Amino acid sequence: MAEVPADPLRIIEKFGPHLSEMTGVRLSTSVEPERLVKTHCCFCGQQCGIQLKVRDNQVIGFEPWEDFPFNRGMLCPKGVKRYLQGSHPDRLITALRRDTSSASGFSPMPYQAAIDRVAAEIGRIQQKHGAGAIGVLGGASLTTEKTYLLGKFARVCLKTPFIDYNGRLCMVSAGAANKKAFGIDRTTNPWSDMVGTDVIWVAGSNVAECSPITTNYIWQAREQGAKIIIQDPRITPAARTCDLYLPVKPGRDAALFAGVLQIMIERDWLDHTFIDAHTSGFDQVAAYCSEWTLPRTAEMTGVPQRALMQAAEWWGTAKTSFLFHARGIEHHSNGVQNALGTINLVLASGRIGKPKCGYGTIVGQANGQGGREHGQKCDQLPGWRDISNPEHRRYVAGVWGIEEQELPGPGVDAYELFRKIDRGEIKGLLSICFNPKVSLPDNSFVTRCLEKLEFFTAIDFFLNDTAWHADVVLPGSLHEEDEGTVTQVEGRIIKINKAVDCPGDAHEDWRIIQDIAQALGRPHGFTFKNPREIFEELRLASKGGVADYSGVTYEKITQNMGVFWPCYSEDPRTGAAIDDHPGTPRLFEHGSYNPVAKGSGPFYFPDGRARFNVADYRDPVDDASEEFPIYLTTGRVVSQFLSGTQTRRIGPLVKQYAEPKIEMHPRLATKLGIADGEWATVETRRGSITLKAQVVTTIRPDTIFIPYHWAGPKSVNQVTVAAQDPISKIPQYKVCGCRVRRAKAPPEYAAVLEPQQ
Amino acid sequence: MAKPDYLHFLIDPNRCIGCQACMQACSECDTHRGESMIHLEYLNRAESVQTVPVVCMHCNQPTCAEVCPADAIKRTGDGVVQSARKPRCIACGNCVVACPFGVPEVYEDRKIMMKCDMCYDRTSVGKKPMCATVCPSQALFFGTREQIEQLRPLSTPVNTFQFGQQTITTQVNIMVPRRLATVAPLVDVTAAMEEKPKSRAVSLKVVPVENVEDDPFAEVEV
Repeated sequence: MAEVPADPLRIIEKFGPHLSEMTGVRLSTSVEPERLVKTHCCFCGQQCGIQLKVRDNQVIGFEPWEDFPFNRGMLCPKGVKRYLQGSHPDRLITALRRDTSSASGFSPMPYQAAIDRVAAEIGRIQQKHGAGAIGVLGGASLTTEKTYLLGKFARVCLKTPFIDYNGRLCMVSAGAANKKAFGIDRTTNPWSDMVGTDVIWVAGSNVAECSPITTNYIWQAREQGAKIIIQDPRITPAARTCDLYLPVKPGRDAALFAGVLQIMIERDWLDHTFIDAHTSGFDQVAAYCSEWTLPRTAEMTGVPQRALMQAAEWWGTAKTSFLFHARGIEHHSNGVQNALGTINLVLASGRIGKPKCGYGTIVGQANGQGGREHGQKCDQLPGWRDISNPEHRRYVAGVWGIEEQELPGPGVDAYELFRKIDRGEIKGLLSICFNPKVSLPDNSFVTRCLEKLEFFTAIDFFLNDTAWHADVVLPGSLHEEDEGTVTQVEGRIIKINKAVDCPGDAHEDWRIIQDIAQALGRPHGFTFKNPREIFEELRLASKGGVADYSGVTYEKITQNMGVFWPCYSEDPRTGAAIDDHPGTPRLFEHGSYNPVAKGSGPFYFPDGRARFNVADYRDPVDDASEEFPIYLTTGRVVSQFLSGTQTRRIGPLVKQYAEPKIEMHPRLATKLGIADGEWATVETRRGSITLKAQVVTTIRPDTIFIPYHWAGPKSVNQVTVAAQDPISKIPQYKVCGCRVRRAKAPPEYAAVLEPQQ
Repeated sequence: MAKPDYLHFLIDPNRCIGCQACMQACSECDTHRGESMIHLEYLNRAESVQTVPVVCMHCNQPTCAEVCPADAIKRTGDGVVQSARKPRCIACGNCVVACPFGVPEVYEDRKIMMKCDMCYDRTSVGKKPMCATVCPSQALFFGTREQIEQLRPLSTPVNTFQFGQQTITTQVNIMVPRRLATVAPLVDVTAAMEEKPKSRAVSLKVVPVENVEDDPFAEVEV
């Protein structure tokens, strides 16, 4: 039913990606903006403050916002050019319906007719196949208000358990590990705590390209004496001058952490007082680590013994420290264990819950933190509540004015949701802010699933590659066309401010969701007049949960330049109403009180103790083998964001790094007979991809790297493996076995597609 | 209006991550909107991720101005060497050839030389230049001496450079490590994979300050 309705080249011709450039008023130096709107960048979880220049309902440029404390005016290239996503030739300004008689595959239709059609099809499918035959996919670049509304919409209006989001590809390993170890899922300290530490350990994070502003915090820490340890299969720009580089073999992180902890145990570089007073489970972890002798760890990880020793000594003997990790260790079928491995190192050192003693995970998406707290994740309800916990269910059902029994139970992760489509269990899909056809692994499977759908609705501002399969496309809102809150990497809730109105028939996403609810005849609970009203209900729904936002107001956020959750409206000790709670920049401080431990300790478990968890090493699924002897790893480049729906449409960013390349070491290239700039083909068990080679000494000779932001024949996720972590269900993007050969001829796409297409 | 004399521009290539935020922001500057005046190059991408941002160094005795047959390049009293003046510049390219730092470029379509003017529209009203404002690694920095001393204890600003027989002093400083780094920058992963890697320390030769004559034209508006 939902096959692509026209020749892909014709769809691209009409809907892009085409490039926006600085032209007209955006190039003129004589046109003054009418106003500057203080808001944030829409790309990545750092959420840098920025001011947008606005004139005639158009964003015409930017001005640094030097007062915002996190980035103080600093921006990466994406932030500088973000304003070029507005007034874009590819912008969807009407609803579209699939129309095979149209050359481009789609025809415009009136907005209300589109809403009615979507509601009618959802109604038809649910009547015939049950409520659970409709799936909903959300995204972590949406404001928290939208993610809250989407979760409520799925459960209350559609009555389906099957909602999940693209944070499944991003934050879930870290989240699950944090939950197991701390009982709360948030970076523990503000970034400013990095400066003044003895040592910073960066595990699997290409900071310079994926979270560029963090670079200055690291460099500033180094200026003030910190040693920098970076663990990565590539010499990333931050690794180039680090004090200790751990060239880990892809997929071996848990072994590395176990081996380092074993050295710390042997040398007694441990904080016994902290371990005894504030943790449990250390003995089991120590027993496990004893298997990880130095030679075995070096052999397994590809990191020499001297470097492992050095890391253990620096980490073990430091007085202050910060450890953070990102997708490099999380995007694995062993992702939760990898993250737990880092937490074990932190807990063994006792350096947490104090100034200059921090642990954190760098969120990838704009609202990677807030987007996972308030109900679009398949197993969660607002306030980081558990959808399987009867007490949590009763509370949220009460806020929503429904019976607890009416509330669906846990759903399934985003990839499993596609497997359900494949099996015919889910027949209708509503997606927003998610481009799984580019971003999920083994994406030819995703394409086959999309083709099986009886009815697919996509809400988006550009026609992304997944939306090609849609029966109806509803024109949504860009970041600058709506207001709301997001929660950035440090756990700081910030305010996104509206700069311009939606063009044409485009609507704010929350209005679209409510319009569907209205058309379905179930408007109860979906009559909010603005994002502020949604936020007010969210405050109530999160109250008493671990992610308690109840003391946060739009005014407080603006006044304080952000508020760190938890921020209470009632004193958790006494229950007395308070309106001036300042938020919680640093978690687990000595003597701190939380509603789970109720004073028994700083961590979010009834006994107040943090948990050591055995962080078991397992070989990656589809590991390198005789047949596929090279490791394939994937990631980002600094000028692109996620599946490129926005950034592949911004001319100056495309110019910076136009097309994906295969990074390989000269030793490997020589062996394969491939020269820099030549076409090469990478094959895995899923298929093959042909791109140009970039021969550099800055990557392990047994590993190749390909960035993932491109679509169709340039999408590396054609060949990645759909293996998932058993706990977090994150896909294993960071390693699979492959083989590489010199291509006999350029690929067919080279002659017909522009670089960004 | 002039650039305040207590504010200084410095470049620390050690910090540079090659993200090009500076170039993207430079092209937003009102005096040359749409064009970046910054040169950001990989030294040798095949062997390292090292990049070096080059802005105009704003020489105290600008070679570009000295060789300009049309007298089109002016240095304002605050030490900023301005882009070529429109009616005078004949796009001969002398400045391009002569600049020891390789900064000026002739834009053939417009028949004019353009280069970094330290965001004169911003710095002359007390703001920071675009590039140094946005730079995520603060490899490009604009601030006071006190800030530099407080924030950059590991390196020292150098503004004297030797090119053959020519000694040049500049308004813009390059940050040079006070001590040789204990670890040489990593260029090849395989060295980090070995138990006993070969040392590849790089030494820098800093020009002794006492050999430099004071610039007699430092305060003169040319």
